[in-house]
Amino acid sequence: MHIPAFIAQRKFSLGVTLAIAMSAVAISATVSPQAQASTEVPSQIKWTIPFGVGGGTDVWARFFAPWFSQNLPDNPTVVIDNVPGGGSINGANIFSIRASHKGDNWIGTSASTQYPAMLGDPRVRYDYADWTPILATPTGGVVYAQPRLGESADEVMASMLKSPVKLAAQSPTGVELPVLLALDLLGVDVDAVFGMRSRGEGRLAFERGEADIDFQTTSAYLSSVQPLVEAGKAIPLFSLGILDEQGDIVRDPAFPELPTFLEVYASLNDNQMPTGEAYTAYRKFFASGYTLQKLVMVPKDAPQELIDTYREAAREFVASDAFKQEAQAQLGPYEPVIGEVVQRHLDESMDLKDSTREWLVNWLKTEHGASI
Amino acid sequence: MIDVMLSSLSQLFTVSHLLFMTTGVLVGLVVGIIPGLGGIAGMSLLLPFLYGMEPSVALGMLMGLVAVIPTGDTFASVLLGIPGSSASQATVVDGFSLAKRGQAARALSSAFLSSMLGGLLGAVVLSAFIVVARPLVLSFSSSELFMLTLLGLSMVAVLSGKELFKGLAACGLGLLVGIIGMAPATGEFRLNFGLDYLYDGLPLVVVGLGIFALPEIVELLLKRGAISESPCRLGEGWARGLRDVREQKGLVARCAAIGSLVGTIPGLAGSVVDWMTYGHAVQSARDKSQFGKGDIRGVIAPESANNACACGAMVPTLLFGVPGSGTAAIFLGGLLLLGLQPGVGMIETHLDLTYTIIWSLALANVLGAALCLVLARPVASLTRVRFTILAPVILVLIMFAAYQSTRSVADLVALGAIGAMGILFKQAGWSRPAFLIGFVLAPGAENYFYQAVQFQGTAAFSRPGVIIIGALIVAILFMPMLKRTWLNRRSVASGTDEETSGSEPSGTNSLGRVDLVIITGMLLLAGVALVDTWGLSLTGGIMPWLAIGILVLSLVCEMARNLMHPVTWVKQTIAVQLLWIGGFFLLIGAILALGFVLTATLFSLLFLLLVARVKPWIATGMAMCIAGFLVGMGHILTLTYPAGVLDPLLFQ
Repeated sequence: MHIPAFIAQRKFSLGVTLAIAMSAVAISATVSPQAQASTEVPSQIKWTIPFGVGGGTDVWARFFAPWFSQNLPDNPTVVIDNVPGGGSINGANIFSIRASHKGDNWIGTSASTQYPAMLGDPRVRYDYADWTPILATPTGGVVYAQPRLGESADEVMASMLKSPVKLAAQSPTGVELPVLLALDLLGVDVDAVFGMRSRGEGRLAFERGEADIDFQTTSAYLSSVQPLVEAGKAIPLFSLGILDEQGDIVRDPAFPELPTFLEVYASLNDNQMPTGEAYTAYRKFFASGYTLQKLVMVPKDAPQELIDTYREAAREFVASDAFKQEAQAQLGPYEPVIGEVVQRHLDESMDLKDSTREWLVNWLKTEHGASI
Repeated sequence: MIDVMLSSLSQLFTVSHLLFMTTGVLVGLVVGIIPGLGGIAGMSLLLPFLYGMEPSVALGMLMGLVAVIPTGDTFASVLLGIPGSSASQATVVDGFSLAKRGQAARALSSAFLSSMLGGLLGAVVLSAFIVVARPLVLSFSSSELFMLTLLGLSMVAVLSGKELFKGLAACGLGLLVGIIGMAPATGEFRLNFGLDYLYDGLPLVVVGLGIFALPEIVELLLKRGAISESPCRLGEGWARGLRDVREQKGLVARCAAIGSLVGTIPGLAGSVVDWMTYGHAVQSARDKSQFGKGDIRGVIAPESANNACACGAMVPTLLFGVPGSGTAAIFLGGLLLLGLQPGVGMIETHLDLTYTIIWSLALANVLGAALCLVLARPVASLTRVRFTILAPVILVLIMFAAYQSTRSVADLVALGAIGAMGILFKQAGWSRPAFLIGFVLAPGAENYFYQAVQFQGTAAFSRPGVIIIGALIVAILFMPMLKRTWLNRRSVASGTDEETSGSEPSGTNSLGRVDLVIITGMLLLAGVALVDTWGLSLTGGIMPWLAIGILVLSLVCEMARNLMHPVTWVKQTIAVQLLWIGGFFLLIGAILALGFVLTATLFSLLFLLLVARVKPWIATGMAMCIAGFLVGMGHILTLTYPAGVLDPLLFQ
């Protein structure tokens, strides 16, 4: 059998990279590269990912890295630097201290980087105001339940309003936070069992029958829960929806047939919309954790021209058919958001009023026995 | 199914597949041999090349890597006493002792053969199991997982033998150190004393290196000889190792089975399996006297298990997308990059790829073991080199390895602190494995207990699976005791007043200065921990309090035992050892001031010239190699070392 050309090439590049790296050992002690005019695209971009290799954000970054590299002038190498620890706080802290302001250092953040910053976690030493977004990718998610709670979504909702349900979650301030808030607004009494190491473990607890309801973000839902739904082992209840340009929560394009959380709320409450601190908190955390789930950012004082170049390149490849085709599997049916639009959403969602934060702290304590 | 298996097999022997699998195997071996770099680092090296590759070929490459890491890391465990990765911690105990007795080749060859057999058995189990595994894996709920952690903890009793209370105390301390960080149930932080570094708890690699490797290095430095005291008869050694495996084929089969089964259960880290099987080897042996001093069964058991475990870990990864080990977690990322979604689909629509994965795993195991066997003899001769010459290289390797965990200088400080404790433990004969088992299992024990109670309430402990594992634990703990009393009664009744600690004739109780230091230190730590955890909620505090309870209670029992029986006072030296640890902290200080690469280079140069007294050109050459290694690895792994003042100017 023959080796397809692109594989042969990759093999070549692997060998060569290793060889170069090995032999670079001897020479590199004396060589000190990169010293160019500030607005030129740097030859190497170091992209800090504050998570371990192979995690969601890492895979996301490795998906984007070649797209950026191929579409930027002079095709810079995009090197991914994984700095795990502290649930992404460590890496983000280090980036905020060490990153160069020449525009050759990027950071990729996720909901678990955003949430601690919003909640005022004492370990957070970074500030989103110091960074400028290049691109953001949204995601959505679906809440689903065991068929033992009822045959249809309506029946399940009715029984959920009567007796408490168990949900397997990672931590009180993890990506499930908006889901917990949404269910609380609906009047469901949720017993959250914390300590899952991933959403995948949470789903396993659901599949084992230990959890009554579960929640997965879009790509995991499509690959792992859809088969359960088809086999009659899970009943989808509602999606979180997505934020449109006007800031309204509308149906998720990935789940056009599923009502959003707001629709379910309205149908239970005489077409009223939720109000109050709970809903404010929900919106903020939903926006920063889902509408902007993952962000590519550079330090704010990087040269503006360079930032524009990056955004332009992103705009270009995001619009291409090739990207759309490949992105379907990795990102779901959501289009990445670029530049100023992200900035606007970001400013809005990260800005949490003290009163909301206090309410949230209190709510986590009383409802879930969690102290933050 | 058979035709899919066969077509995957033919896929396996295509040129491109073999080529890439060999690449994976070679990278895996290099990564496995360098201590501290395990599957996680290896995968990180290969991951960037996956994007856009043909899935079956890429999977072959990844599997080549996954399969051989638990084989290659045996070199470091046996030759240097450094746990190469978390899966080889138990191998160190007897493997390194064998090396010190001049039987490194024997230990290595039996390790590689049993690794290969374990891997092959694991692959066989996996190929039949994968299609029917779903219900079995789903039957392991949080309560069964909790019981499995207890089963792991019960190994402490097996491993500590007659020093039961010391073992339990060490385990209690391990539990206490293991729960540093966030309480899973409430999000409260415990025992982190406001230090950012401790919010995540101590990394396993740092603790493993500190407790095992540093004390060994210090001891060897004090002896100033070669690692092996008696010259290694190479020719016989390695044939004997192969014979050992043949004689122990039952043990190999049992440990491989345990390895692949425990591997399939998501959530139980692979690092427990080696201790479980080591414990099993100890328990099933008729003559236990040589364990810890160089029993070949102590090498064969964990080595046949850890390769099988790597196979087993693929089950939850492929079937549920929930990784069974750290390496599997990254493999999962690789699958996603290749556009493959793990889940039921891997069986229904991608069965051919699934079998490619399994077959690659088997083939790579054979290839890796064969390569290692070829290397075994020349590499084993390392143990005849004077240790002072190897010491700086090993020390730099260990610091490099520890620094991989979180890439913070605090890793090195923690390494020194745990190392100091390890030295005390080693000098006074307290069980270091017991500490490590407690440390490894603490988070799982707490988490699964909390989850079991939350999900299932009291019903959690009446499930059939729970009862079966519970019975197994009871059997492990009490069977040897019952057997002994029965045997005793059958001969002439001889009163055994020390119920659990074995019928050791009283009078051999010994106590020394270091024992007192350890006991006082442990009590102080327990006090500090109690003060720190005082204000916690019940769910957040129960585990630390339990650990403190175990620690204090076993110390009290140990002291009572010493008071009740005549104690011989033994002389235990420690001053010189602690001096070396002091030197290690000085080294960390120098790293902070000057930078990691420069300090490591200068340190090796000076050490080789002044302590080892080698020829200047050899010293310079070796120091250059160390600098080259650090800078090179820094490039390959995109590492930023602690920079200090001078490094940025010299190495960019």
